[in-house]
Amino acid sequence: MTARSIAMTIDQVAVRFGGLVAISDMSFTVGGGEIVSLIGPNGAGKTTAFNVMTGFLTPSAGRVTYQGTTLTGLKPHEIADLGLIRTFQRTSVFPNDTVYDNLLIGLHRQGRVRLLDAILGLPGARASERRLRLRASELLEWVGLERRAHDAAGSLSYGEQRLVGVALALAAEPSMLLLDEPVSGMNASETHRFVELIRSIRDRGITILLVEHDMPMVMTVSDRIVVLNYGRIIAEGTPDVIRNDPAVIEAYLGHGAGRA
Amino acid sequence: MKAIITILAVAALASVPLWLRDPYLLNALITTGIFVIGAMSLNLLLGFTGQLSLGHIAFFGIGAYVSALTSLGFDIGLPGDIRLVHAPWPPIAGFVLAILVAGLCGYFVGLLSFRVRGAYFVIVTISFAEVVRLVALNWVELTQGPLALTNIPSIALPLPGFGELMLRTKMQNYYLVLVVALTAYLLIARLVHSHFGRAMRGLMENETLAVSVGIDVTRTLTIAAVISAAIAGAAGSLYAHYIRIIDPEVFAFINTVTMVIMVISGGKGSLAGPVVGGLIFGLLPVALRPVMAPEAQWIAYGGVLMAILFVLPRGIVPSLALRFARRRSGKTALAPVALPETGVKEPA
Repeated sequence: MTARSIAMTIDQVAVRFGGLVAISDMSFTVGGGEIVSLIGPNGAGKTTAFNVMTGFLTPSAGRVTYQGTTLTGLKPHEIADLGLIRTFQRTSVFPNDTVYDNLLIGLHRQGRVRLLDAILGLPGARASERRLRLRASELLEWVGLERRAHDAAGSLSYGEQRLVGVALALAAEPSMLLLDEPVSGMNASETHRFVELIRSIRDRGITILLVEHDMPMVMTVSDRIVVLNYGRIIAEGTPDVIRNDPAVIEAYLGHGAGRA
Repeated sequence: MKAIITILAVAALASVPLWLRDPYLLNALITTGIFVIGAMSLNLLLGFTGQLSLGHIAFFGIGAYVSALTSLGFDIGLPGDIRLVHAPWPPIAGFVLAILVAGLCGYFVGLLSFRVRGAYFVIVTISFAEVVRLVALNWVELTQGPLALTNIPSIALPLPGFGELMLRTKMQNYYLVLVVALTAYLLIARLVHSHFGRAMRGLMENETLAVSVGIDVTRTLTIAAVISAAIAGAAGSLYAHYIRIIDPEVFAFINTVTMVIMVISGGKGSLAGPVVGGLIFGLLPVALRPVMAPEAQWIAYGGVLMAILFVLPRGIVPSLALRFARRRSGKTALAPVALPETGVKEPA
C-alpha cells in the first residue's frame, strides 16, 4: 500500500460507563480513501467506538482527530459539518416520509438558505430547492432505489432501509463515511450489490470505516481490518493477515474450541 | 384540488360579514379567529417539532399586555428612584412590539429548555406562563393588576394621504383578524415546506439520524419557538385591541388547554388542522349556550372532543385526508397523511 494522507486518528481512546469498561485503550488510524473495517465479537465496543468518533459519546480518555481537527467536545451536528457522516444499526430512516423526502432531509447541509429567503420564496431559495431535488434523484439512482422513491421509508424492507440510510449519509456529502453494520438483514444478492456500492463510494474519494459481522463481506471489501475484543485492539492488518491471526481465531471461536 | 379547497375556504370566510349581521355571532367569530391564530402558532411547535408548549398562552398574554401598554402609555418607578415614563404610541406600534417581545420571550424559553427538551420544555413553559401571570397580577403600577388595563384603543391603520382608519366596527375587526390569520397561515406553510421545515420534520421523526446528517437541534427548535411565540404575540395584540380590556386572567391555564384541544382535534402537524379544530371548539360554546344549562354545556363540549378523537384519532384533517386518499388510490398512503401538505414533487 502506498503512503496516504491520514484522515482519522484514534489516539488512546478509552470509554468507561461507571465501572464497565467499553473501550480500554484504542489507537489506530484510517488513511484517506481507504476502506477499513472494525470487527470483533458482540460487545467488543465497535458501536461505542463509532459513537465516540461522531460525538454521540465523549471518551473518558484519549482523543479522536479528523483531518487535523480534534473532535472532543464537538456536537454531533458540528462533526457532521466536518464531513464525517455515519449510519446507524437500527434507526436508519425517517419512517413517515417518502424515500425521496428522506433524502431531501439528508441534504440539509447542502441546502442552507436564509430563513427569510425561504419564507419569501426568493429566487436564491428556489434555485437551491431545485438543486436539492436534482441531487436527491441522483442519489436515489446511485443506491438503486428509484422505484421506491415515493414509498414511505418505514414501509421498505429491512435491506432497502439500510440503503436509504446510506443514501441519507451520502446526501450529507461525507468526506468519510462510518457504516454501522450496513448489510445486516440483507440477503446474499443484496449484500453483493452493497459491496459494489461501497466500492463506488470509495472510488469517489470517500474514506470508509465499516463495522460489520458478515465476515466474507468484510474480507472482500476491506483494505485493512482492525479487530476489537473486550474493548482492546487485538489485531490489525490486511484481510489475509487477519484471517490467519491466532488471536483473532481465538476471539471468534473461543480457546475451548480446540479441546472440545 | 388542495388549492381549490383553500381558495373556497378563504372566499367563504371572507364573505361571512356580508351575510352575517348578528353582532353576537360576529363577535364570537372574531374571538375564535384570534384563538385560531394562537392554535396555529402552537401547532408549529407541537405538530411540526413535537414539542408541547403548555404555557403557550404566556406568549399570547405578553403580546396583549405589551401592545396594550405601548398604546396606553405608563409611568412607573424603578429601583433607585428612576421613573420610567412612556407616552402612548399608536396601537399599530404596539402590534409590532408585541410580536417582537413575544418572539424574544420564545427565544429565551427555547434556549433554556431545548437543551433537554421533551418533558422539560412542557414544565418550563408551564412555569413561564405562571410566572408571567403572577407578574401581571402583582406589578400593579404597570399592569393595574386585577383591576385590569382598560380603554385600550382600537387598532388604527395608517393610510398614507387619508390619515388613519380606526377599526371600530365588528366587520372591520373581522377582516383584520382574517388578514392576520391568513398571513400567519402562509408564513407557517412556507416555513414547513422549506428546507427549515424538513429539518424540523427530521428532528421529530428521528432526532439521532437528523443530528447525524448535520441538523442543529437546539438552533432549529429555538427558531421554531421564536416564530411560534411571535405569532402568538400577534394574536394577543389583536385580542387586547379588540376586547379593549385585559386582566391577568388572560394567562389562565385553561386558555392554553383550549388551544391544545383545537390543535389536537383538528390534527396536529397539518396546516389546516388548527383552523378546523379552532373553528369547531371556538364556536361550539356559542352554539351550545342557547340550548343547554351551563353545566351540560361543558359535558357536551367534552363529549364532542372525545367523539372526534375516537372516530378520527389523528385529528379531523389528517384522518379525513387519509380516508380520501385511500378511497382514491386504494392503497395506504402513510407519508402524505402524517403531513398532508408535504406532497412529493416529481424528481426533476
